[in-house]
Amino acid sequence: MSLDTATVKRIASLARIRLEEEEVGRMQAELNGILGWIEQLQAVDTDGVEPMAGGAPEGQPAMRMRDDKVTDGDLHDAVLANAPDRMGAYFGVPKVVE
Amino acid sequence: MRPTDHTLKGALDALAAGETTSVALTEAFLDAIGRLNPRLNAFITVTGEKALEAAKASDARRAAGKAGLLEGAPLAIKDLFCTAGVQTTAGSRILGGFIPPYESTVTANLLRDGAVFLGKVNLDEFAMGSSNTTSASGPVENPWSRANDPDTRLVPGGSSGGSAAAVAARLALGATATDTGGSIRQPAAFCGIAGIKPTYGRCSRFGIVAFASSLDQAGPVARTVEDCAILLKSMAGFDPKDATSADLPVPDFAAACGRSVKGLRIGVPKEYRLDGMAPEIEALWQQGLQWLRDQGAETVEISLPHTKYALPTYYIVAPAEASSNLARYDGVRFGLRETAQGSDLRDLYERTRAKGFGQEVRRRIMIGTYVLSAGYYDAYYLKAQKVRALIRRDFEQAWGKVDAIVTPATPSAAFGIEERQDDPITMYLNDVFTVTANLAGLPGLAVPAGLDPQGLPLGLQVIGKPFDEETCFAVGAAIERAAGFTALPRLRA
Repeated sequence: MSLDTATVKRIASLARIRLEEEEVGRMQAELNGILGWIEQLQAVDTDGVEPMAGGAPEGQPAMRMRDDKVTDGDLHDAVLANAPDRMGAYFGVPKVVE
Repeated sequence: MRPTDHTLKGALDALAAGETTSVALTEAFLDAIGRLNPRLNAFITVTGEKALEAAKASDARRAAGKAGLLEGAPLAIKDLFCTAGVQTTAGSRILGGFIPPYESTVTANLLRDGAVFLGKVNLDEFAMGSSNTTSASGPVENPWSRANDPDTRLVPGGSSGGSAAAVAARLALGATATDTGGSIRQPAAFCGIAGIKPTYGRCSRFGIVAFASSLDQAGPVARTVEDCAILLKSMAGFDPKDATSADLPVPDFAAACGRSVKGLRIGVPKEYRLDGMAPEIEALWQQGLQWLRDQGAETVEISLPHTKYALPTYYIVAPAEASSNLARYDGVRFGLRETAQGSDLRDLYERTRAKGFGQEVRRRIMIGTYVLSAGYYDAYYLKAQKVRALIRRDFEQAWGKVDAIVTPATPSAAFGIEERQDDPITMYLNDVFTVTANLAGLPGLAVPAGLDPQGLPLGLQVIGKPFDEETCFAVGAAIERAAGFTALPRLRA
């Protein structure tokens, strides 16, 4: 399967990455190269195989649930300390609603 | 002996015997960093004053009889671990100016045990790369060079290139690193040092900038296998803040380095004998197996039939997880923000991410976004998860016949900084021997075992059963003893 330029632009839009017109061709060629290479997986017979979710080795639980309890809080200043545009107790962004 | 020539074990012994102090060691390493880092570019941030304060406090604790496991040892920290109050970049422009308000669990464990942090070391951007050439802070130079071509600057490997170069050049006693597809083991092999990626879940991922969460694991790089064992003991352990952290006791890994390999069955996977494999890699592998047989181990040919599908599987799973993890870099909460006149919120996101992410990271986010998008999920992502299950099953079946597996660590020695940059897939092939352990969640250790005809280091890899790092250490230490690897890089303190 080969991606056309419209699809490359759509993926960039989904990924929220601005792609300049002159970058589209190179990105398209690179993505098609990688997708062509991973296409070989289609040759593997995976009928009846349970997909592996998570990274735990065989025999280990993939994920542990914790109690649904608040473990910290009141950290406004720490949370906002790295904000590029802090407005009082909030993150500042361009106006969203006219 | 010059302080920078110590192994970690040697330095800890010298500290315990009162032959040196943490301040003296820290000053020596800071001096070495000052001289060599302008050339090597291994450190992004050097925290000299903090390090000297920490060293003084460490010497005071030792004098008071309260020495921890790593008391006073100067270490380098990969700039992917959040360090409270110290800039953390992940090698990316998009985290420019980010100062974490909290400490990662792994670095907190090292601090608890008395370690001194010299600073933050360079890496491929978001740990995506095998050459440390994708860093926003520029490439790292390998302290080794070819005997017949000393002027060509070589890569240290990646993504933990700064960690490996710093340790090899004697700019730190050891370093933290992370490994998603080979990012500890490949740079360790390229720089002639040891490194281990432990079992998935052994080290907490809390506070490590996430790349691919089901593959990422932290581990140490150091001059010797025993030094790695000492560091891993401190770094590892259950952490309730990481839902995938394994609730298991941490063994005495250093003790395992002294275990005999007599009677161990060592697997030799036939699928790792690649077409056109470099003769020096094949020779090193055979030599390593012979060393183990000489020490009483038995070598057994095994089959891991899905090996050839490991890299394509990885290049679906890892970009998919990365595209999801890296969605958080939006120019709103931390790091870079890029806007133009009249930008709305969406334009802010798109400009910030285009400017903040480098080429390789953008490429992987795009691949990940595509394979997870509506209509393609089953064909790519679900298929890859199924093939990943088969790769894990291959190993499960092998463990019925063998106790550990030995392979080459890399398909070649270190290459030039300008080489292999034309085609992403050529770069991806660096991880052909290492990526399977990430997919299956298994521990893998790299140990320096010899030199190529140009005098560059080559490594072997030991893959172990789940949570059996101890056998990796035993086999790795046996190879290390037999190899007697004493060669040194040209650039060093």
